[in-house]
Amino acid sequence: MHPVTTVHYLVVGLALLLIGTIGVLTRRNIVVILMSIELILNAVNVNLIAFSRHLQDLSGQIFAIFVITVAVAEAAVGLGILIALFRNKETVLADEVDLLKW
Amino acid sequence: MWLDTIFFYVFALLAVAGAVLTVTRRNAVHSAIWLIVSLLGVAGLYLLQHAEFLFAVQIVLYVGGIMVLFLFVIMLVNLDQAARERQFNKQWWVALACILVVSAEAAYVLYSGADSFKLAAPARASEPGNVEQLADVLFSKYLLPFEVASVLLLVAVVGSVVMAKKRI
Amino acid sequence: MNFLDHIWLIPLFPLFGAVVMLILGRRFDPQAPSDAALAPGLVESVEDHGHHAIGAAKFLVSLLCPGMVLLSFLLSVGAAIELASTAGKVHQVIQFTWLAGLPFHRADGALARFSADWGFLLDPLSSVMILIVTGIGFLIHVYSTGYMAHDGGYYRFFAYLNLFVFFMLMLVLANNYALLFVGWEGVGLCSYLLIGFYFHKKAAGDAAKKAFIVNRIGDAGFILGMLLLFALVGSVRFLDVNAALAGRAPETSFGVLSVLALLLFLGAAGKSAQFPLYVWLPDAMEGPTPVSALIHAATMVTAGVYMIARSSALFALTPETSTIVAAVGAFTAIFAASIALVQNDIKRVLAYSTVSQLGFMFVALGVGAYWVAVFHLYTHAFFKALLFLGAGSVIHAMSGEQDMRRMGGLKDKIPVTFRTMFIGSLAIAGVPGLAGFFSKDEILWQAWSSPLGSKSIFAVGLVTAFMTAFYMWRLMFLTFYGQPRMDAHTAAHIRESPISMTVPLSVLALLSIAGGWIGVPKLWSVFGDGFRAFEHWLEPVFAAAHSAEEAHHEASVEWLLMALSVSVAVGAILLARRRYLSKAVQEEPEAEAPGLLHKILLNKWYVDEIYDFLFVNGLAKRGGTLLGRFDSAIVDGGVNGAAWLTRFTSRFSIWWDTWIVDGLVRLSAFTVKVWSYPVRLVQNGLVQTYALMVMAGLAVILGYYMSR
Repeated sequence: MHPVTTVHYLVVGLALLLIGTIGVLTRRNIVVILMSIELILNAVNVNLIAFSRHLQDLSGQIFAIFVITVAVAEAAVGLGILIALFRNKETVLADEVDLLKW
Repeated sequence: MWLDTIFFYVFALLAVAGAVLTVTRRNAVHSAIWLIVSLLGVAGLYLLQHAEFLFAVQIVLYVGGIMVLFLFVIMLVNLDQAARERQFNKQWWVALACILVVSAEAAYVLYSGADSFKLAAPARASEPGNVEQLADVLFSKYLLPFEVASVLLLVAVVGSVVMAKKRI
Repeated sequence: MNFLDHIWLIPLFPLFGAVVMLILGRRFDPQAPSDAALAPGLVESVEDHGHHAIGAAKFLVSLLCPGMVLLSFLLSVGAAIELASTAGKVHQVIQFTWLAGLPFHRADGALARFSADWGFLLDPLSSVMILIVTGIGFLIHVYSTGYMAHDGGYYRFFAYLNLFVFFMLMLVLANNYALLFVGWEGVGLCSYLLIGFYFHKKAAGDAAKKAFIVNRIGDAGFILGMLLLFALVGSVRFLDVNAALAGRAPETSFGVLSVLALLLFLGAAGKSAQFPLYVWLPDAMEGPTPVSALIHAATMVTAGVYMIARSSALFALTPETSTIVAAVGAFTAIFAASIALVQNDIKRVLAYSTVSQLGFMFVALGVGAYWVAVFHLYTHAFFKALLFLGAGSVIHAMSGEQDMRRMGGLKDKIPVTFRTMFIGSLAIAGVPGLAGFFSKDEILWQAWSSPLGSKSIFAVGLVTAFMTAFYMWRLMFLTFYGQPRMDAHTAAHIRESPISMTVPLSVLALLSIAGGWIGVPKLWSVFGDGFRAFEHWLEPVFAAAHSAEEAHHEASVEWLLMALSVSVAVGAILLARRRYLSKAVQEEPEAEAPGLLHKILLNKWYVDEIYDFLFVNGLAKRGGTLLGRFDSAIVDGGVNGAAWLTRFTSRFSIWWDTWIVDGLVRLSAFTVKVWSYPVRLVQNGLVQTYALMVMAGLAVILGYYMSR
């Protein structure tokens, strides 16, 4: 068996990213979209940690801390928006929120 | 050595499978649960990469904080009706195609550059622990981003409170 | 006092009077409202009819204005006496140069400067004229104080009258043609003002305008003549002109001098009412009677005669023009006399009579007997003024009635007026012994005997003399004799005029009798030379024009002609008596010979109608129509054409603006719209679509970088 190299971690990160992206682009339920975004962020973190380890530089981990921080903030605000949206439109489906169009 | 590999594959499987299931479930709560699973997998991956602090932070913050929040909001928002709707939107095939293209490209890049990613030098046991090292760097070199992040969190708190209020 | 050096005072006094009246007059005449300036006799308050009381203010006016003229008269007398003792009997005083230095090209090409001075010339001719003007003017001023007592605008009347005397004196005292022309125009102006004195009557205003305009036609000739004279001679002073013309031979054909003389005659014809410019004089009777007496009998109308007498040196050199002058004069005389035969308005008869007598004067001028013309002017002034003032007195007594058909039987009621008019009518008829006889007879003799005269002119003159006597006595018989034909109301108010009016009448009657005895013909050798003083007095003036060849006619012919004219006159009087004193006519004067000739004569030979048609309507209206059509067709057409052109070009502009300019703008908008249409469809409001686009872009970019 091949030893686990950084590439494997990158592949994992890539996979997570792609799955998360599909979720964002495809699912209609806004909550699921938000969760998919979290997946993407995690994918990024995985990537960062892998390289941090590969390059023996702590900057990656620091960066990852901040990514998590931002993710937290973004999740909170996003959910707040979702609640406000739900109150006004009685829907949590992204398809039905298309007022800002031509 | 072979334990690392096994653990890697276990955690990787958890992460990816969890992600796939998150994206595909009809029930939002199920999606949240599977996301938690995925996040745990990712946390494991961190641990394998000697990022102990982040492993802890991931569990505590992400799983313990964000996912709980998600669950609360799912409960607030009545998703029964949404569960009965069609789950995937009309552009799913375009999106799939696009993602496949990107994945193909990325895979190609990784494959062609895989040689340069051999595992680096072994860990030095004498070096101080991960937390200490992080703290060292965080509060000296990355102090400004740290403070800015705190402001960001404040803004987020205020923003989310405002967003969620019935009457501003 | 040296009168000769103070000639300038003579016109000054009346001018002063006029200026004072015009500036301060309103205060003198509290009864100034001019709507009381009605026809004479029509008073506001019937109660004081006959009560000619004059207020204190009016008295001042009555004193001032006639007084000014009296002063001028006295000065004139003094000046004339002094002149008699001057050698050469000419006195020129130049006050200052008035028009100076207008450059001018003379007939011989030399560059001259037109200059005229403000100068006075006193010689026998002008002395006669100033005596007539101021003397008769004074009498008429006195008469007017009585006549105009009831009319409004008292001060205005006297102001204009004094102004007239001033201008007339300027005219006769001028030493050059330009200053004479100033007086000429001035008297024309005063004539206009005085004819239109009762300006509330349209007829008066129209008559005034007619007088002025017809005069202007003559004035055109005068000005052209004056300028031509300057071009020929280089000066407009009388003495200079006479000197320049002396020694030249008379023209044999119609040359430059004849044209010049003709132009001057045209001016004289306008002023002195000769055919065809006489039409204003009968209409001028709209003015008050004293005005008719002074201006249109004695003085203004004689200005033309004076001017030609002044230019005698010129006329003596142009037999062609002189013939024309005599012919026109003769024609006018008989023409006007024919009209006077049938007129019913007492003043109209006298007006046409004036025209006729002026014709006589021009006959005299035309045949070269210049002193005779002036003599007739002088005698005519007396009896014509007398007749007009007498007519005024009659009208005054008749409460404004002027139609003779409604008069009659007045001789006992207004005896002074009757007697003076009787004398005047005898004088004009040419009864021997009175003034008119001597002058008229002399004219007829000169017409026969002078080398420039002709038998036909004599014949015309004789017939005119017959007519004159006839119509004059028709007037007398209809007015004073027979049965009264007026209504009872008028009859009750008949009374003799006040002394302010009767005294001048008497004075003029005396002059009509005695005035002629200074022009006794040579034929009556029983009278000494003193009785020919008039001719001798004027000799120096006309010496240059005195034709050396005085045809020697037999005395018997002269006696015969004299007897003929006397018998013609007496015969006319008797004929008129028989006709107009007969019962039939006295009772029914309206039914007077209603034949075609009568109708033509009554309508003045339709001359006014012809003039109306040709000139007034023709020129004014048709010219106006022509100008109107020109205006609407060409001027308005041009304007309309410009407008049409603008509209036409604007269509193109509109097209350009709409399709090209706006088109470009709209094209840009259209392009944006067309291109944006597919673009905007991208914005479907769905967030996931936008995210997908990001991913698609990412795929493309990755592909791009990978392919490099």
